[in-house]
Amino acid sequence: MRKIENVICPVCGSLCDDITVYVEDNRVVEVENTCAVGRAKFLNYGLHRKPKPLIRKNGELKEASIEEAVRRSAEILTESKYPILYGWSSTSCEAIRVGLELAEEIGGIIDNTSTVCHGPSILSIQDVGIPSCTLGQLRHRADLVIYWGSDPYSAHPRHIERYTVFSEGRFQKSGWRSFIRRLSGKLVKKRLSRVAELILRRKLTFPEEKYALPPYFISEEERKLVVVDVRKTRTAEVADYFLQVKPNTDYEVLQALRMLVNDQDLEVDEVAGIPVKTLEDLADLMISCDLGILFFGVGLTMSKGKLRNVDAALSLVRDLNKRTKFLIMPMRGHYNVTGANVVFTWQTGYPYAVDFSLGYPRYNPGETSVVDILRRGECDAGLVVASDPVSNFPASAAKTLVDNPLIVIDPDVTPTSMMADVVFPSAYIGIEAEGTAYRMDHVPLRLKKVVEPPPNCLPDQEILARILREVRRIRRG
Amino acid sequence: MRKLKVYLLTGRTIEQGKAKEFGKTSNLYKDSVAVCYIDPSDMKTLGIKSNTPVKVSTDFGSVVVRAEKSSRGSHPGVVYIPYGPWANQVVDPETHGIGMPSFKGVPAVLEPVPGEKVKEIEELLRDSFGEGSKR
Repeated sequence: MRKIENVICPVCGSLCDDITVYVEDNRVVEVENTCAVGRAKFLNYGLHRKPKPLIRKNGELKEASIEEAVRRSAEILTESKYPILYGWSSTSCEAIRVGLELAEEIGGIIDNTSTVCHGPSILSIQDVGIPSCTLGQLRHRADLVIYWGSDPYSAHPRHIERYTVFSEGRFQKSGWRSFIRRLSGKLVKKRLSRVAELILRRKLTFPEEKYALPPYFISEEERKLVVVDVRKTRTAEVADYFLQVKPNTDYEVLQALRMLVNDQDLEVDEVAGIPVKTLEDLADLMISCDLGILFFGVGLTMSKGKLRNVDAALSLVRDLNKRTKFLIMPMRGHYNVTGANVVFTWQTGYPYAVDFSLGYPRYNPGETSVVDILRRGECDAGLVVASDPVSNFPASAAKTLVDNPLIVIDPDVTPTSMMADVVFPSAYIGIEAEGTAYRMDHVPLRLKKVVEPPPNCLPDQEILARILREVRRIRRG
Repeated sequence: MRKLKVYLLTGRTIEQGKAKEFGKTSNLYKDSVAVCYIDPSDMKTLGIKSNTPVKVSTDFGSVVVRAEKSSRGSHPGVVYIPYGPWANQVVDPETHGIGMPSFKGVPAVLEPVPGEKVKEIEELLRDSFGEGSKR
């Protein structure tokens, strides 16, 4: 059994780099330090992966050689007038670079998954600007951590433990102790009330504690965790303070907080159902910290207001910086979605939704973004890399993708690959192939290869390079 | 049968994250995403229990998933379906000119359909995309 240390986990934007992997007979047999999702990936990857590329013939996907699949893909792309190249967030930066070259060659649209994730955040950051930092800073210094519209427990399971409240920083203690104290307090209360119920022989009801700010402030030694969300998530359960907002009202709440931070009075009793007193307490908490961080998730970008919600969050942080030091960071989902934005930007000048149909890069989200193009039915072919838009796009948008010739490069069997015309089962980046990925704070990390891929499964970069060569050969015939 | 007006949220859950690594054709994946987390008080109003099939309808479509009691907090009037092909039958595809559909906070109607079955993934894909000319 071979032990490989400091492996980087290719699942979410946290890119945990302390994973230990045990390999036996070219198979991962055990992992240490991963979250539940990382463990599931390392131990179960490739369960359903096909041994060879597939090409659809007479309505059925049939096995084919890599050369045949490359030729068929190149034919589809060269025959197409307006192809879409989509995905890119779960592959390496090297593959994305080849993808951009291919998009330019065939004059297509190239878009990455941030278009249906943090795309609005990017638009907003281009408007307002962003005071951000690396996660290491926060691990050691942040004494107030806010997750707004984000549930790291589900989407970035080790984020809290590695980078924020539950990490033991150089200047900030972990919040474990107060969490355990609070948890034991709750348990004791539960047990006492159960005893009381048994003695009194009737059921006791307690009023629900809603919007109650706990009786402590930042001056206490341990760092504080605040969660703002529309429902009580698992992260909210470990928070020191949870503020539940109604769906689609984040904008109002953020703007109200801005007024309070700027010492303006709110001449109402409540904002979007939240008492102003509660918001005042939260504003005090924010101002009284030494270094605060606001992590925002797709709760802001996917609900009403979209980019304007992020505008308000960025502006709130800008206002807070007049009073104290405050930072803000989007919680990026896939492990290399930040890398997709970075590579797109350095190659074309734009982070996503880039249109090459005129021969030069053009960027106008709403027009050149993939969901809009699909809904208008404008594209006539698709290439999807390491993504599953048939599952994750609204059904009406996915239909155009399915109705047209579709090429899929993905190690997993997904609804998208089930509806495709050409499928390349590829190697898993970070397990079977090396590659570069960017963590959510724009730190590039080199993913490791821990096992050999099966013989017919090439890395995405290699498959794309072969398609590009074939496309050039056909076009220059 | 009673109906209930709710807000629909879609998003990630840790179960969905784990199950997708076992493959999107696995039963584990279907169990983790073809599900609607409903507040206990709303379930009482509708007179249903966990695992009852419910139909979630919006202006953009409808889908049958199984109901599950939400174990966290109270959020009456808000239901949650994890990301996946089932959720995306009913989300709002309008991008308001910025490329981003509304996956969260979509007004929806919830209605119990005890007799109906939750579709398998193949059936769902066939029904939403049709047989098509080439397939």
